[in-house]
Amino acid sequence: MHPAYSVILFTTASGAGYGLLVWLAASALIVRFIPPGTMPALLAFGMAFTLITAGLISSTLHLGRPERAWRAMSQWRTSWLSREGVLAIITYPVAGLLGLAWMFEIGGPILTGLLALATIASAVATLWCTGMIYASLPTIRAWHMPLVAPLYIVLGLATGGVLHNLIGRLLQERMPPSATGLALAAIVVAYFMKSNYWETIDSAARTYTAESATGLGAYGKVRSLDPPHSRANFVMREMGYEVGRKHALKLRQLVMLALFAIPAACLVLSLLTGPGLSLILALIAVVSTAVGVVTERWLFFAEAEHVVVLYYGKDVA
Amino acid sequence: MTARPQITRKKLGLVIDLDTCVGCQACATSCKEWNAGGYSAPLSDHDVYGADPHGAWLNRVHNYEVGEGEAGRTVHFPRSCLHCETPACVTVCPTGASYKRAEDGIVLVDPDTCIGCKLCSWACAYGAREYDYSHGVMKKCTLCVDRIYNETFEPEDRVPACVKACPTGARHFGDLGDPESDVSKLVAQREGFDLLPEMGFKPTNKYLPPRAKRDATAAKRDATAAAISKPVVASIKPTSTEAGSVSAKFFAWADRVLSD
Amino acid sequence: MKSDDRPIALSTPAADEIKTTTCYMCACRCGIKVYLKDGTVRYIEGNKAHPVNKGVLCGKGSAGIQQHYSPARLKSPLLRVGERGSGEFKEISWDEALTLATGWLGEVRNTDPKKLAFFTGRDQSQALTGWFAQQFGTPNFAAHGGFCSVNMAAAGLYTFGGSFWEFGEPDWDRTKYFMLFGVAEDHASNPMKMALGKLKARGVKIVSINPVRTGYNAIADEWVGIRPGTDGMLVAAIIHELLATEQVDLDYLGRYTNAAWLVTDDAGNAQDGMFARDEYGKPMAYDKVTGLVTSAGSAGQSLALSGEFKLDDGRTARPSFQLLVERLLSPEYSPEKAEQITGVSAQTIRRLAAELAHTAFQEQIELDIPWTDTFGQHHEKTIGRPVSMHAMRGISAHSNGFHTCRMLHVLQILLGSIDCPGGFRYKPPFPKTAPPPNRPAGKSGTVKPNTPLPGPPLGFPMSPADLLVDSQGNPERIDKAYSWDAPIAAHGLMHMVITNAAAHDPYGIDVLFMYMANMSWNSSMNVVSVLDSLTAKDPATGAYKIPKIIYSDSYASEMVGYADLILPDTTYLERWDCISMLDRPISDPDAAADSIRQPVVEPDRDVRGFQSVLLDIGARLNLPGFVNDAGAPKYPGGYADYIVNHERTPGVGPLAGFRGADGKSYGKGAPNPDQLKRYIENGCFHIHHLESDQRFYKHANKSYLEWAKSVGFTGSADPIVFQLYLEPMQSFRAAARGHGAIQPPDGHRKRVETYFDPLPFWYPPFEEAALDGDTFPMHAITQRPMHMYHSWGSQNAWLRQITADNRLYIHRDRAKKLGIADDGWVWIISNIGRVRAQVRLMDGVNPDTVWTWNAIGKRSGTWGLSKDAPESTTGFLLNHLINELLPEQGGGYRFSNSDPITGQAAWYDLRVRIEKARGDEAHECFPRFEPIACPVTTAIPRPGMVATGSAKVVLHSVEKSSL
Ligand SMILES: Nc1nc2c(c(=O)[nH]1)N[C@H]1C(S)=C(S)[C@@H](COP(=O)(O)OP(=O)(O)OC[C@H]3O[C@@H](n4cnc5c(=O)[nH]c(N)nc54)[C@H](O)[C@@H]3O)O[C@H]1N2
Ligand SMILES: Nc1nc2c(c(=O)[nH]1)N[C@H]1C(S)=C(S)[C@@H](COP(=O)(O)OP(=O)(O)OC[C@H]3O[C@@H](n4cnc5c(=O)[nH]c(N)nc54)[C@H](O)[C@@H]3O)O[C@H]1N2
Ligand code: SF4
Ligand code: SF4
Ligand code: SF4
Ligand code: SF4
Ligand code: SF4
Ligand SMILES: [Mo]
Repeated sequence: MHPAYSVILFTTASGAGYGLLVWLAASALIVRFIPPGTMPALLAFGMAFTLITAGLISSTLHLGRPERAWRAMSQWRTSWLSREGVLAIITYPVAGLLGLAWMFEIGGPILTGLLALATIASAVATLWCTGMIYASLPTIRAWHMPLVAPLYIVLGLATGGVLHNLIGRLLQERMPPSATGLALAAIVVAYFMKSNYWETIDSAARTYTAESATGLGAYGKVRSLDPPHSRANFVMREMGYEVGRKHALKLRQLVMLALFAIPAACLVLSLLTGPGLSLILALIAVVSTAVGVVTERWLFFAEAEHVVVLYYGKDVA
Repeated sequence: MTARPQITRKKLGLVIDLDTCVGCQACATSCKEWNAGGYSAPLSDHDVYGADPHGAWLNRVHNYEVGEGEAGRTVHFPRSCLHCETPACVTVCPTGASYKRAEDGIVLVDPDTCIGCKLCSWACAYGAREYDYSHGVMKKCTLCVDRIYNETFEPEDRVPACVKACPTGARHFGDLGDPESDVSKLVAQREGFDLLPEMGFKPTNKYLPPRAKRDATAAKRDATAAAISKPVVASIKPTSTEAGSVSAKFFAWADRVLSD
Repeated sequence: MKSDDRPIALSTPAADEIKTTTCYMCACRCGIKVYLKDGTVRYIEGNKAHPVNKGVLCGKGSAGIQQHYSPARLKSPLLRVGERGSGEFKEISWDEALTLATGWLGEVRNTDPKKLAFFTGRDQSQALTGWFAQQFGTPNFAAHGGFCSVNMAAAGLYTFGGSFWEFGEPDWDRTKYFMLFGVAEDHASNPMKMALGKLKARGVKIVSINPVRTGYNAIADEWVGIRPGTDGMLVAAIIHELLATEQVDLDYLGRYTNAAWLVTDDAGNAQDGMFARDEYGKPMAYDKVTGLVTSAGSAGQSLALSGEFKLDDGRTARPSFQLLVERLLSPEYSPEKAEQITGVSAQTIRRLAAELAHTAFQEQIELDIPWTDTFGQHHEKTIGRPVSMHAMRGISAHSNGFHTCRMLHVLQILLGSIDCPGGFRYKPPFPKTAPPPNRPAGKSGTVKPNTPLPGPPLGFPMSPADLLVDSQGNPERIDKAYSWDAPIAAHGLMHMVITNAAAHDPYGIDVLFMYMANMSWNSSMNVVSVLDSLTAKDPATGAYKIPKIIYSDSYASEMVGYADLILPDTTYLERWDCISMLDRPISDPDAAADSIRQPVVEPDRDVRGFQSVLLDIGARLNLPGFVNDAGAPKYPGGYADYIVNHERTPGVGPLAGFRGADGKSYGKGAPNPDQLKRYIENGCFHIHHLESDQRFYKHANKSYLEWAKSVGFTGSADPIVFQLYLEPMQSFRAAARGHGAIQPPDGHRKRVETYFDPLPFWYPPFEEAALDGDTFPMHAITQRPMHMYHSWGSQNAWLRQITADNRLYIHRDRAKKLGIADDGWVWIISNIGRVRAQVRLMDGVNPDTVWTWNAIGKRSGTWGLSKDAPESTTGFLLNHLINELLPEQGGGYRFSNSDPITGQAAWYDLRVRIEKARGDEAHECFPRFEPIACPVTTAIPRPGMVATGSAKVVLHSVEKSSL
């Protein structure tokens, strides 16, 4: 699949944003990882909303008719994209109220708790929907897997967690270790899931064949002689993207390093170091995560093969 | 309604005969021509006189080679929307622009509400959705909905442009939901098949397989076997008409025949 | 169930107005309906009522809009201002253009009319263009047939008064076995496809004889991947087998052919090999009933097909059939021998023969259609031998094509399958006598200033007396047609005109006037040399060796840049045209039909229909027939006026339908002022259905032949006798052997003697025979893409998306041996040059053959395309590799690379070697030429495009050394 930058930016930025919201809500619910008050709320929620909004805006760049984007909300009964849109919109007021409660320290524990629960629910649900947009497509083997939607959630939590860690350390001398620990846990879980994802897609039997796509298997092996047009069409530009195996493996290593190893190491170290250094480590973790997750998302598209390539000269998909 | 209708009154679709298709592209260009000015207008093209000419086409003709050696064949393979019964291209659509008509099963994109998110093209297994870069909306085979019901046309012209144009008659149009229709009978008789059935979209369009190669002698080999001569051996003198030569035998036969 | 579907406009009218006319996206002439909306063309569809296409429309026809609105359309008359080949022109007015043209042409006509060479390409108005040449007085006229398929046409017309395509076609509705030889697409594009669909629907076996398995050949039941140039051998071996198994239609041969005619044995004398004739010139045969040698052709004869008979003068003679049988039954033509040459197994050949015989004789058709033959014999039933064949350039575009085509027709005749149910069927006005009676005009002494030729320049020579040669045996025509180089050049040799004119061989000309032929590119062999010829100058005077070139095109083709004066034509939707009974009409076997084109939209540019322009020029030149007695233009209304009012012979004009004052006459009748109106009302065509008893055996059908004579199709109602043995060939051979007044120059004798064999035979194509098979081990051929018409499809915004560049197709195994991978780059090397191309591997190709699509490669700067269009960067022409001349013969003379009998260009004789390109070589085609400035497409921004001098091959430094 063609890795469109608008979509990569959208899913990674808003993913981190929703992840961050989850951590903020959790902290409202359980322990105050981040202190209340105007500055903290502005910074933390501001960051989350900025990421989410930037992502959403970026996603409309992908649209042929951005001015009609509002229409995308209408089909929530059937379309994961529509559901994502609806939930994204719902998340704004819910999380916004939580932010206000945080900022002005109002609302009491019950209301805050309810708002926090609702924020967690809508943010996670949004992430789930994003994942399901891809996971629901039977045409793309690398996406059509039970692992994909949870991965979106976990990666959101991990990237949001790293951000949360940074924000926490910016606002206070010490970040509660549990916060860092949970972020670390998310990274580790994400690492295992992503490794598992790659193993799965690498070992998955490629059962769709040119023979089945053309129905000509009874006559022997099917080979494309000439494509219908001598220059690539939309379908090939969009769905025919191919990344070299070697290149992909290198990029996977980069993801391992930037998205998992470096942030995890930074977080572990930051637990052991003093405020100054741990802040720097938190910052490094964030930058590294950003590089890692963008690469991960690029690969998520680039490595995904669409069955339609079977009509354009590929044997199996 | 982006939800698919549970059941459609008709299942209009195409039946494409791969045994007869010669790959002439008439279905592709006539489709382009009709749709560039019809329901799907504009059907944009880019860099048309330049280095990278490409555009939106609702029907494209592939060429494949299948099998090897004596058993090998070349197959021309037109491909357009199959108007699936349970297509993901409809359910994924966030705007409802992509829909399947309850009336006849035609899958359409509403160009006034499509946002051009392209998700439906990802969901289609058959590469049948073509994004119109200039128009910013998704295009696809409409089954010529603006022809087949068009009351300004003579009744016999109310068929898709590609079907009307196809010079070999390899394309058939009709109601595949009606087992008594010509197309359904043709599919039954010729063992029409679905593309990528494992995808579960239940295509309405059917393809008719290339037929077993007809060998005219197969049924008649006995009749002709006797007539197949032994090789003419090289030792026979070229222009000899002496008794015993092939020519002499032939002329003796000719004489017999003509004097009957 | 109530429809809950959202409302959409289902009945939008697609047109404000629908007009019928005739398509010209190719020469097939389908009927179309053009939808006009808001003054523009919205849609073009096939006309259901039309006899040619019955409503269908091909890939090209459906893209007509993009042709009609192409940015490459010429906009006004142009006069060259830069050097030839630079593409620099200035726009001039029509008045200036016509004055100039008339001045140039008038001077030629006043001095030496043959200094005008008037050649037309994909033209459908040869009745007019030929008449113009005749009235002008130049013999130097032909259309493109000489480089197209004259072998096919000539072999058929000489053998049985018909041929394929416009002349006839298989009985698609009844045939039970169909063989397709060397056809990728052909002129009858839509009818052929419709027919194949019919055969498929009826389950008829289709056999394809073709080195390549694509298109039509892909859907055949049996693909015979023959080695190019060897079909004559294959067919001969099939005949051999039929004879050996005694399966030919002797009765049919006796009735309709010259099988019984006696061939004189008189070695050393002029009469040797000629038919024995009575005092009236009628051929003789041996009547077995009377036991006498007698004039052939009367009712009730039982003529011997074999034996040796004494003639009155004591010489002996044998029936021609005996000679044919002896030839073809010889081991030279055994299936085993053929296997070695064709690559088709002897077993397959035997089986094909058996299948043909079985179908022809065991599955005979009997129709309850009574008819009467020319002997007056009444037949209750019409008998059919339901085997049919069609062949085209795979057969004819070889230097052995004439004989191969003959061989094929002989096969059809032996099976008794000409014009019978299920066999091949003539389309009126064919059959004509074998060959048709007109002889080429333009003999020396008849070409005089200000004098029309005594007849049409093209015709069918019967003997050396009909040749156009001077007393030394030198050619009279610029293309050397009807000379000893190509005695039966029935369509001329357009492919030699430029080369000969620049070489002043046989003489220099003054004006080259061409119409609709892209001669500086895809329709020429050895393009670089042709470009040199077009731009060659006399070193002494600095003048071009071809002093003046006038050219009519509609689009900015490669040829435009090489002409001096451009007469821009309209598109096919903007003009009148007529597909005339005087030329090759649109008939089918059951009906005679002709058609017109009408302007469905007005030109938005300063262009004029070429035919009207030609009539205008003719009138300005005061050509007889073009002006009335008062000297005023006879057809002031242009081509439309001519179509209606011109009479070739009294009552016979371009259109056969709606003649006479009341519009009720057919064929012959006074001009009808309402004729075009009537045609338009009828869908722009007219069809006359034959009576049921006229539909078969037209060559010997009394009712048909009498009717054909009455409507002016033929001059006589005599039966057409099939010429198995072709006596005119022998008359040329006799001259080569030293008999008669007109003899070939010595350097030509052997060639004429060898190839003017009155019986068909197979010989290796010339290039194959001349070149070392190890150095050039492979055949290289082209195929027409079904969706492109020669060069003119690439300007089409839709069609070029399908094919913007071409690959060289090579067999997978052969590529592997050569170390070539799919998509790799290779050199294609012939004995005159090298072309670099990208390959595509395939299985369905003869392993000794490579091929590519024809005419996709373009010269940069032309056709309204950007300079970096794939057509010119990765698309290539095979033409650069094809030599227009054969290697030197003894004495240094070089014959053209053509069939020795007809002069048909031998495109598919090309032999090549394939080498893998080095890894460091550019991934682009070679050779690439400097761009030509395109005179019309300034509207399309094309940065950095500069006009350059005459064409030079842009040599890349790495390749220079290897060329
Ligand atoms: N779409 C389209 N239609 C056209 C044209 C066009 O440009 N485009 N051009 C028109 C013109 S001008 C013409 S002349 C006709 C030509 O019509 P065709 O004769 O059909 O044209 P070609 O493409 O030359 O096809 C020649 C075929 O012969 C095969 N062949 C080559 N050598 C041999 C051989 O030695 N033996 C056998 N058995 N086969 C051989 C080739 O593989 C090819 O399939 O088409 C006309 N129709
Ligand atoms: N390698 C190779 N070369 C071949 C062949 C092959 O098989 N292989 N085939 C040969 C054969 S059979 C043929 S017939 C030739 C064909 O070659 P050409 O006869 O040169 O055919 P086109 O390329 O179609 O070029 C005809 C010209 O007519 C112009 N034209 C188009 N429409 C109109 C119109 O309405 N009016 C006017 N005035 N001009 C118009 C076009 O712009 C173009 O410049 O090619 C030959 N060349
Ligand atoms: S128009 Fe008919 S024959 Fe031609 S490519 Fe399409 S389906 Fe095949
Ligand atoms: S072919 Fe593709 S676009 Fe058409 S209905 Fe099926 S899934 Fe949808
Ligand atoms: S591109 Fe248009 S039709 Fe397709 S899913 Fe998006 S909104 Fe729906
Ligand atoms: S039915 Fe209409 S829209 Fe669909 S492929 Fe045919 S011509 Fe195109
Ligand atoms: S075959 Fe095609 S291009 Fe040729 S005349 Fe017919 S419709 Fe036009
Ligand atoms: Mo041709």
